[in-house]
Amino acid sequence: MADDNKKVVIELQDVKREFLVGDETVHALRGVSFKIYEGEFVTIMGKSGSGKSTLLNQLGCLDTPTKGEYYLDGVSVRKMSKPQRAVLRNRKIGFIFQNYNLLPKTTSVENVELPLMYNTGISAKERRERAIAALQAVGLGDRLYHRSNQMSGGQMQRVAIARALVNNPAVILADEATGNLDTRTSFEILVLFQKLHAQGRTIIFVTHNPDIANYSSRNIMLRDGHVISDEYNKNIMSAAEGLSALPANTDE
Amino acid sequence: MNYTNLFKIALRAIAANKTRSFLTALGIIIGIASVITMLAVGQGTKQSIQANIAEMGSNMIMISPGADMRGGVRQEASSMETLKMSDYEAIKDECQYIKAISPMVSSSGQFIYGNENTPSTIYGVNQDYLEIRQIDVADGEIFTDAEIKTSAKVCILGQTVVDNLFPDGSDPIGKVVRFNSIPFRVIGVLKKKGYNSMGMDQDDLVLAPYTSVMKRILAQTYLNGIQCSAVTEGVTDKATEEICNILRRTHKLKDATETTEADEDDFTIRSQEELASMMNSTTDMLTILLGCVAGISLVVGGIGIMNIMYVSVTERTREIGLRMSVGARGIDILNQFLIEAVLLSVSGGLIGVALGIGASFSIKAFAHWPIAIQLWTIIMSFAVCTFTGVFFGWYPAKKAAQLDPIEALRYE
Repeated sequence: MADDNKKVVIELQDVKREFLVGDETVHALRGVSFKIYEGEFVTIMGKSGSGKSTLLNQLGCLDTPTKGEYYLDGVSVRKMSKPQRAVLRNRKIGFIFQNYNLLPKTTSVENVELPLMYNTGISAKERRERAIAALQAVGLGDRLYHRSNQMSGGQMQRVAIARALVNNPAVILADEATGNLDTRTSFEILVLFQKLHAQGRTIIFVTHNPDIANYSSRNIMLRDGHVISDEYNKNIMSAAEGLSALPANTDE
Repeated sequence: MNYTNLFKIALRAIAANKTRSFLTALGIIIGIASVITMLAVGQGTKQSIQANIAEMGSNMIMISPGADMRGGVRQEASSMETLKMSDYEAIKDECQYIKAISPMVSSSGQFIYGNENTPSTIYGVNQDYLEIRQIDVADGEIFTDAEIKTSAKVCILGQTVVDNLFPDGSDPIGKVVRFNSIPFRVIGVLKKKGYNSMGMDQDDLVLAPYTSVMKRILAQTYLNGIQCSAVTEGVTDKATEEICNILRRTHKLKDATETTEADEDDFTIRSQEELASMMNSTTDMLTILLGCVAGISLVVGGIGIMNIMYVSVTERTREIGLRMSVGARGIDILNQFLIEAVLLSVSGGLIGVALGIGASFSIKAFAHWPIAIQLWTIIMSFAVCTFTGVFFGWYPAKKAAQLDPIEALRYE
């Protein structure tokens, strides 16, 4: 399924990341290499300590490798300064966090507008239009002006997904995006991810929950800073079916 | 990064958390309002104490004829005839450090009205004497220039004299009292002043035009003294020196030459040095006290502002991490917090100034304390508190802006 004609969005070449903790050097990543092509839905799995958080920070341009090269959309990240990486994140990456990280007491539409606020090329009018379009795309067209404290976890995560979509990023990075949600809501969010995947979005989903790998197109396993397996999922399960198979209102 | 967007971001952040924004501004509001109020009360007290001391005549200068030696015996000062009206006019015309001057002649004797009588002193003066001595006319009025010119037989009585001559409480104005055998029409009564610090009754006196006393009572052409008040306490010394020079010239006293000694002054100039120095030390003490009050208020206010600013930025570490992850650069974070701090500090500062002035005036209205709001206290408290607010909004924000976005996102 690896199609060489497809555009490479992410390319890691022997990426190493070391931290100095006291006098000890901790090797979080011991040489990781892979390519992710446009339109893939990749899950990155591993136990805690496997280096998956470090890898996510690398992929998200929040951090730079100690050794090795990282190309995001063809651009080398390793030598970039902090402000340059901030601009790169603004244009190329959409983050989704486990705990949503919405601005408190702020409306959905303003939360979604946030990445565009840091992009001066976009007018206030266009910003608002794109934020509304993104919220409609995640099924929150009727909750544009609800504040973040008036919404359920699932709704907040949808706002966060809309925020990740609004800048039309090259890649969406999700960090345990269903970790705080109950089973039903998790399925709803997975349905949304599969829908985005179907629309051709590139998604990287970091998780320790092995079930999620069933719904992605590719699964990368990490252990002790190495990639131990990298497999294409030949039998992608439908999250929508999983959702309908659930008994109604399981948690109530 | 363009500033309209940053401004919008900052405004949204302020609006999103109104309670936090209000509490942050409140630190500044209270800081400024309390400093302004404390200083207004302090300054008011200081001014009223200063006015009270000035009322005792701390800028008064008294010129009396010098006591001459006759056959080795020092004579009483009032027996000298060296002070003339021409001296009074010379000082009045030439001395620039005095604001009021009056000639003075006096005579003691018995005042009689009907079957009552009392011993007292009649002072021949002009209208300036009231200002020099800080006394007021309670009823009636002071004599006019015309009455001075015509040596009119009019007088103003002190309260003690009134009490003794009119024990039944009848209105003395318009009545005619006699000084020895000379009748004087009463045209006014002085306000009660009480005893001075030396235990002398300051109300036991009668004022009359100096011409009347000189011509009709004493039949003399010289003065017993000249009294004047300096423009302010501070220039009393200069005024004294100037008067001394004028009098030495008009009295044709020789300065020292190589062969002869200088002629001795034939007059004495005295000022209220004790009062003036008391005034200075009191003023200095009050200034120090006020400085301490202002300093402590500012420090306390500043610490309050510092705390709330620091806490509000610290509790927003995650928000900072999020903003960075969606593409805010360190400088954007810093600018946002700086704009927020400036907006909150300046608006809080303005409210604080209004509140401080309001509180000062309510204290004046309800507690009847003297207050004095000075521009410098407003400017100083506003500047210090606003600066503290901005600085302690900026400083933790700068640290936050340097944070690793990973650290900031993980911050609990």
